[in-house]
Order: sequence, then structure tokens, then C-alpha cells
Amino acid sequence: MIKIKEYRCDFCTACVTVCPPDCIEVREASIEIDHDTCIDCNLCVYVCPIEVLSTDAKQL
Amino acid sequence: MQNNYDIVIVGGGPGGSMAALHASKNGANVCLLEKTRDIGYPVRCGEAMGEYAIKQFFDPKPTWIAAEIKRSRIIAPNGVPIDIPFNKEQAYVLNRRVFDYDLSLMASKEGANIFTKSYVKSIERNADNGYDVHLDYLGDHKVIKTKIIIGADGIESRVGRWAGIKTQVKMRDMESCIQYSVGNIEVDTNRIDMYVGDNWAPGGYLWVFPKGDGTANIGLGIGAKYNKKQSAKKYLDQFIEKKYPHATIHTTMCGGVPCAKPMSNPISDNIMLVGDAAHFINPITGGGIAAAMKSGMFAGQVASEAISAEDYSENFLQRYITLCKKDFTNRHEKIYKVKETIQKLTDDEMNQMALKINKLPPHKITLSRVFTTAIMKKPSLIIDVMKMFAGF
Repeated sequence: MIKIKEYRCDFCTACVTVCPPDCIEVREASIEIDHDTCIDCNLCVYVCPIEVLSTDAKQL
Repeated sequence: MQNNYDIVIVGGGPGGSMAALHASKNGANVCLLEKTRDIGYPVRCGEAMGEYAIKQFFDPKPTWIAAEIKRSRIIAPNGVPIDIPFNKEQAYVLNRRVFDYDLSLMASKEGANIFTKSYVKSIERNADNGYDVHLDYLGDHKVIKTKIIIGADGIESRVGRWAGIKTQVKMRDMESCIQYSVGNIEVDTNRIDMYVGDNWAPGGYLWVFPKGDGTANIGLGIGAKYNKKQSAKKYLDQFIEKKYPHATIHTTMCGGVPCAKPMSNPISDNIMLVGDAAHFINPITGGGIAAAMKSGMFAGQVASEAISAEDYSENFLQRYITLCKKDFTNRHEKIYKVKETIQKLTDDEMNQMALKINKLPPHKITLSRVFTTAIMKKPSLIIDVMKMFAGF
């Protein structure tokens, strides 16, 4: 499951741009992932310039 | 805020404001919705723009300009700089915060209604051959009925997705970018520096754009596949520590830049995408202000024509595509091919290039010659590259 460190986030939407199922919503100062539609592809983790997003898999 | 507008523009960057300006000028009833509380903030941009690029729209106001750029340096991976004077035209590092704000003021002077803190949540086809735009406005749910929606909503373009336009960017075209606004550094106020090579910015480049008075935008973009191993932020921190250890960081901003081919058909019935939303970005430099403004201008003009003709079909809106193609999209497609060649260069090859170029007499060194050397294997691309840099 993708984890979010929201206090780090700049709300730049780089993650939204690469998300295949379009399950990330970024507003002026909030970021949310719809875990029901997330396919755990981790593309958002790879693209984030400041390591806001992480996965359990990556931490292992 | 009215319940009905001819045209709704989503996003208050330069693309959105130019669309609002030109659509209003041609008599359409326009509203522009910006999700944040400020037009022009937060800035997510290196802020450099060529003199010609800006002057095709306006005479730049002094308050828009932080620094006038007369020359550039490309620093090879081994640290050897190539000095490139700008002979025919200069470039600017802008104050986007002021610039974007002024553009929106110009649009409002033409009659456009502008609303901040307006977050569009969804769009829905209605029975009158138009769309209902659902939004949060200052916390309240509102519905605006409109005929045409212009999506100037940036790289993630939700408007595009809702309209069924394929907006997702492939990972290989995505650059992960971060930039600091720094103070307390010594830089030449009239020169921009660009560092290339795997050490500083693999699959992209690092920029130092001065903003006067010991300040600069220092940022980088790296290919997203490199970001997987080490984040863009870590690359930038390494650079700052090594080159500008006394720099103070006053703003951190980041973002993704789709250095992709421009979308071939960023329209649909009642919908047009402009700027980043349509991937109208120079695939090598990642610069997108001019293309956003141009596409915004064209979209505004075509949208107002569509309103007069009462025809909002994709077929009618095709004239927007034609205008963009002629002006910059064809060029961006060629630049994309050049990018693919340049990306294959190794650090060693880049070092050799720098050596070769620096043997030329200084007055013969131009940005286009640098790139010409880079793509020697494909001479047919040389002319395209030269054209590209003639427009910065």
C-alpha cells in the first residue's frame, strides 16, 4: 500500500500525471489516494521528487 | 459568479489567462477558475523566457523581469564550461508571481470574471449541448452551465481526463523536478548556467538562473527512472553543498515536467486543452511558458469563434489544432526526436564535445552549434535545432 508523508508534500501533482488508474487527488494543500482503485504500480513513488510517497515493498 | 458562461477556463496560469483575455476580447462571456488562493503562486517554474518569445505578446514590464540574460554556460560533466553569448536576442528570468498576476489582470480588463479558491470537482454533459461544471467555491458547491471548457489545468489535466483525452504521461518522458529559490550566493546576474551529466542531473539538466541581488533559481530535472534510485531532492542538495555551500534556501518547489511529444489531438466536443495540459512543452529545455501563452491565445480565439458560430463540436475546434501545429507543435515534435538522440550521449561523449567546441573561436560558439555537435550523427536534425534555439 502507498504511504503518504503529507507534511513533506508540495502538492505539485507529478504523481497524478503518471497514475494509470487516476486514483490520486491533489488539491491546494491536500493529497489523497483512493486505495480501492490503486493498483500498487508504484509509479507515483518513482516520480515524486521529494520522497513524499513510499511503499511497504520499497522499505523492505 | 453567474450560473451561466459561454466559456469556462480551468486554471489561472499564463495559458488560462491568455485564453480568458482573447476570448473576452472577442466578445465571449468568460469565467476563469483558479483552485489556489493566489494567481501566480505557488510558482513551479525556472522562470526563464526568451526575449522574442515574450515580445510576440507584450512589451515586458520592468516588474516582470528579475534578470536580463546576455549569455549562457553549459558545464560539461568534467566541469569544463562552454561559454555561449546570446548575440541577437537576450533572455529574461521572470518574476512569475508578478507576471501571472498581471496577465490575469489584463484578462479581467477585457471582461473575464476571475475566481480564486475555485476547485473544479467534475464536469457533466448537459441537455443543452454543453457542460455543467461542478465546483467548490469558498467551500460551497456551485454549478456553472457552459458551452466550452478550456482546460488550462496543468500537467495532471483532470479536465482532459474527464473529457476522455489520454493525458497520462509515460514514465520515460517524465522529468522529476525540484527547485530552490536561494539567496546569499555570488552569481553573474546576466548569465544562466546549465550543468549536464550523470553526476548532477542524469537524464536532464541542472540550472542556475540568476534573479538579481545575490539570489537565483537553482533547480534540476532528472529522468523519472533515475529518481527511482536517488530522489531529485538529493541530487540538488548534493549540488548546493558542493557549489554554493553558503546558499540560504527561501523556497522549495517541485513538480513533474512531461518532456513528451505534444498531444496530437488535445480537443474533444466542447473541450480544449492548452499549455502543460496538452503537453505543449519544449521537450529538451522543459520550457513551456511561451507555448502555454500561444496555445491559450489560440484557444481563446477559436472558442469565441465557436460561440459566435454556435458550433462547439470537435470538428469546429480542429482549427485550434491547425494554428498550434503551424506555430509550434510541429517544431516540438522535431525537438523530441533531437532529445532522443541527445539522451543517448554518455558523459565521456559530452566531455569530448565540450573540448571540441571550446577550440572554436569565441564568436563562433552559439547554442545551436553546441547542439549541432551533439547530433553530428544525424545531420538532418541540425537545421531544426538551429531553428529551435533561434526562438530560445
